[in-house]
Amino acid sequence: MTPANIPVQRPVDARLLAIDADGAISHLRRGAFASQLRPGDLVVANDAATIPASLVGEHQRTGAQVEARLAGRASLAFKDVTFSAVLFGEGDHRTPTELRAPPPEVRAGDRLVLGPLTACVEAVLGHPRFVRLAFQGDAAAVWAGIAAHGRPVQYAYMAQALALWDVWTPIAGPPAAFEPPSAGFAIDWAMLGEIRWQGAGFATLTHAAGLSSTGDPALDARLPLPEAYRIPAATARAIHRAWARGGRIVAVGTTVTRALEHAAALHGQVAAGEGLADQRLGPATPLWVVDAILSGTHAPGDSHHDLLGAFTDAEALGQADAELEARGYRTHEFGDSVLIWRRPSEARARRAAA
Amino acid sequence: MSVHVQTPQTPLRVAVTGGTSGLGLALVRAFVGRGAKVAFVARTAGAVAAVAAETGAVGIVGDVARKDDIHRIALQVTAALGGLDVLINNASDLGPVPLALLADTDCEDVERALQTNLLGPFRLSKALLGALAGAAREGRGGVIVNISSDAAVTPYETWGAYGASKAALRHLSQIWDAELAGEGVRVLSLDPGDMDTPMHAAAIPGADRTASQRPEEAAEGVIAATLSALPAPEAMSP
Repeated sequence: MTPANIPVQRPVDARLLAIDADGAISHLRRGAFASQLRPGDLVVANDAATIPASLVGEHQRTGAQVEARLAGRASLAFKDVTFSAVLFGEGDHRTPTELRAPPPEVRAGDRLVLGPLTACVEAVLGHPRFVRLAFQGDAAAVWAGIAAHGRPVQYAYMAQALALWDVWTPIAGPPAAFEPPSAGFAIDWAMLGEIRWQGAGFATLTHAAGLSSTGDPALDARLPLPEAYRIPAATARAIHRAWARGGRIVAVGTTVTRALEHAAALHGQVAAGEGLADQRLGPATPLWVVDAILSGTHAPGDSHHDLLGAFTDAEALGQADAELEARGYRTHEFGDSVLIWRRPSEARARRAAA
Repeated sequence: MSVHVQTPQTPLRVAVTGGTSGLGLALVRAFVGRGAKVAFVARTAGAVAAVAAETGAVGIVGDVARKDDIHRIALQVTAALGGLDVLINNASDLGPVPLALLADTDCEDVERALQTNLLGPFRLSKALLGALAGAAREGRGGVIVNISSDAAVTPYETWGAYGASKAALRHLSQIWDAELAGEGVRVLSLDPGDMDTPMHAAAIPGADRTASQRPEEAAEGVIAATLSALPAPEAMSP
């Protein structure tokens, strides 16, 4: 596939590869997404705004330059300003992450001075580049500092540096994500009207989408990290209403799938409230809530691609991978989309009947 | 008038731009006094800190006329309030001071008035629309209030930069209100009337200050109109 290297969220020629419940593949304009819905269906998207999670500064004990990329948080609470973070050494995003200089050796108790912010290293988390940072000062000042000094996490394949508005989806709400929930780039306000016009519904949850890659194989093997999420009461109600009408649940992105399936595994139903999604989704994962996923295009081998295996079989995915390649679909955050309907599941049918 | 508090656990979440003087300050004080969670925006760090200390509201330093500040402001608003029910775009720029004929007005003064009075409210509303629509889906409603002026309707001589920018803002509000009906988000253009504020004094230096209403009185009218655009508490989902 071709890397999409310009930050246009909704190019007019954006495409959508659809895999139906029988594994059949079709090629659509991405704008035709709403036409794939039936009355009673519910589309659920992640409304997390993207935090400018890349903070450059100095490791106080050695004076060495360091970049901290915020990667996770135990909750979505305003006052929770303790983050896990991946550290990088000298250089910037124009160097591919796997070629970046290593960060200085960091120990618990060290301090990082990141522009107007000071962060204390509370712990090194099983890898010399992965730490827990407690930001000093009151929460409002810490968020103001992140807003003023932070830059969005950048990608070496992009032609220009990304600004904050490039990485917020049109429906972005509370700052919670560390990289954009980029499947949501496909959604615009006109599409929300088309979804309603189809007789389908639209709901949101907030999920702290984490880093997609660190350039370090040992760290990448730990992705995705646990991600905090919040399901509003209105969204839980909308899901139960859709089920009562025989509607299907369409997740916009892997993050929504992870949150809804985590909530269902925890509670046996989709309950409103906060949680910390720590499971991995893959070919063997039963899907209790989500019937289809609208996602970016992903290459075989990355964790997002593994997740798509929960929806359809390896044969259909392999055929889709070949068609994405052959037909020149664009990949990465600003690329084209796929819509995959899950295969019928006997376990799920039994559960629905129960 | 009683405060529109949905439940004791979920007070109304309000953001006000231009919150350190005039109508904006009166709105911050009045909403805080009614139990709302309030964040306000203004350019001067010292004034922001003073109003935050006085009212307990969350102060955000930023300039809505600057494109680079918009998402930084939006991020701090939704982080602090956990979402947003009401955005009041109050910060305004008068254009040239003293007021001048359009033919004597610098282009830069017109640009600044448009940046502050039109593009700023457009950009900030757009950046916060996801949060406001989310509040509407949760049954809380979502309201954008754009502070207008009779100069938006009546072509007063020497008010060209200000009047043209406010006329455009009023038109934008009406179009956006119609477009967002399906999302449950309202966009209001409210004229608070003449007030005894620093901006009014700059526009009309010799004016009789007692002839204008106090900003506190004007704030009451803005709050009443805002609350009436939100769903009635009994209509809300539990």
